[in-house]
Amino acid sequence: MKLWNRLMCYCRRHSPWLFHLNSGSCNGCDIEIVAALTPRYDAEQLGVRLEGSPRHADILCVTGPVTKNAVCAIKTVYGQVCGPKAVVAIGSCPATTNVFIDSRTLDGPLSKHIPVDVFVPGCPPRPDAIIEGVAKAAEILAARGNISAQAPPAIEQTVEVQA
Amino acid sequence: MSILTALARLLIFPGILFAVPAAWFFLWVERKSVAMMQGRIGPPFMQPFFDFIKLLGKDTPPRNGVAGRLMRAWPLIAVSTAVGAVGLLPVLPSSGGFQGDLILLLALLEVPSICIIAAGFTSRSIFGEIGSAREAVLSVSYNVVFLLAIISVAASQHTFRLEALAQAPATPLRWVGILAILICLPAKLHLNPFSLPNAEQEIYSGPMVEFAGPELAMWELSHGLEWVAATGLVATLIAPQMAFWGLSALVFVALSFGIVLLLSALAAATARLAIDTTVRFYWQCTIIFAVLAVSSALFMRLRS
Repeated sequence: MKLWNRLMCYCRRHSPWLFHLNSGSCNGCDIEIVAALTPRYDAEQLGVRLEGSPRHADILCVTGPVTKNAVCAIKTVYGQVCGPKAVVAIGSCPATTNVFIDSRTLDGPLSKHIPVDVFVPGCPPRPDAIIEGVAKAAEILAARGNISAQAPPAIEQTVEVQA
Repeated sequence: MSILTALARLLIFPGILFAVPAAWFFLWVERKSVAMMQGRIGPPFMQPFFDFIKLLGKDTPPRNGVAGRLMRAWPLIAVSTAVGAVGLLPVLPSSGGFQGDLILLLALLEVPSICIIAAGFTSRSIFGEIGSAREAVLSVSYNVVFLLAIISVAASQHTFRLEALAQAPATPLRWVGILAILICLPAKLHLNPFSLPNAEQEIYSGPMVEFAGPELAMWELSHGLEWVAATGLVATLIAPQMAFWGLSALVFVALSFGIVLLLSALAAATARLAIDTTVRFYWQCTIIFAVLAVSSALFMRLRS
């Protein structure tokens, strides 16, 4: 059983499947996520796959400052991702709502609505920072999976990637 | 003895013990070769295995009632029939045992695709239903050509027995049939010019949209096993007869590998076609091959 847990931990770390969720982003970070999969950065070396359905994903990558329209969608999609799961907030917008702070159309930041594990700051962050954030999220995911599939992340687990 | 041989074929070679690692290997070859053709490094060697184990450890959303049970059943049916299809392949010279024929093999090869259609409709997701409808249309369009090609191969050798077909020498007529089968393989395996049912960008991976965790792992495995079965079918039709069983197993694996590379190159080089273009391609262009092959096979048979 212990061996199986170790194998599972190893496999979780080496096979993070992403679902990309745009919560009102300007598309800057979205382009950088796609750039992380291109030949220059090639995130598939880490086993990263961008999935079409949140049901298949392990890591939810959220971009954008969370508009009021997007709150319901974010909660739904977060619920649709099956545990163990992790959330990566990509860019400065989901972390702080960035330059859109105090806008009446926003209901951010992201951590108000769902637990966030890794923040990747930047406007937009570089693809290598995004890949590092995903790798850290995969490690958190692997550690979390063996404790409890549905455990919410503690605040001290939150990691910030240096851009 | 015959039961033992049949069990050995189903469980060891070319059955489960060979087919499951081969399925992961072919899935890796596909991803790796596509990555290399795009100038990337691509996933590590054990990637499909990592994905499989990880998916086994994920939760599934709670589903009740008949639909929930069906959604657990479809991927298992798909995997077991795909294993059965691989186990039937006449790779080694038989020493008795259960010998299925071509019709059984075709039926087993077709079941995973029917399971995918049923799974999409069972999931009751709008994307799943669109994907299933596409899969059904795709299946109708390539199967006409595929079955005609198989009939031409069988008619040219006067038999439906797999053993006899594998042993018979490859005639020029048979090559036309094999070519038609090869043209159908990308559609059967949902590869790129014909990857309509599982289009990720348009319909959120189609029939698989609601599947998660172990169920999705089984779908991935059945997809890999379909790779082994479909490429293995062509490999056994092409492979020359060997005296030594180890050599014939080696030739089988090498030929399957070559076909996987060929199909991956095609997938990397092409973009997805629309459904009407796909149907037109199979029913207007490719069917000429198949009709040519089957009519000449029947003609030769009448003459002899």
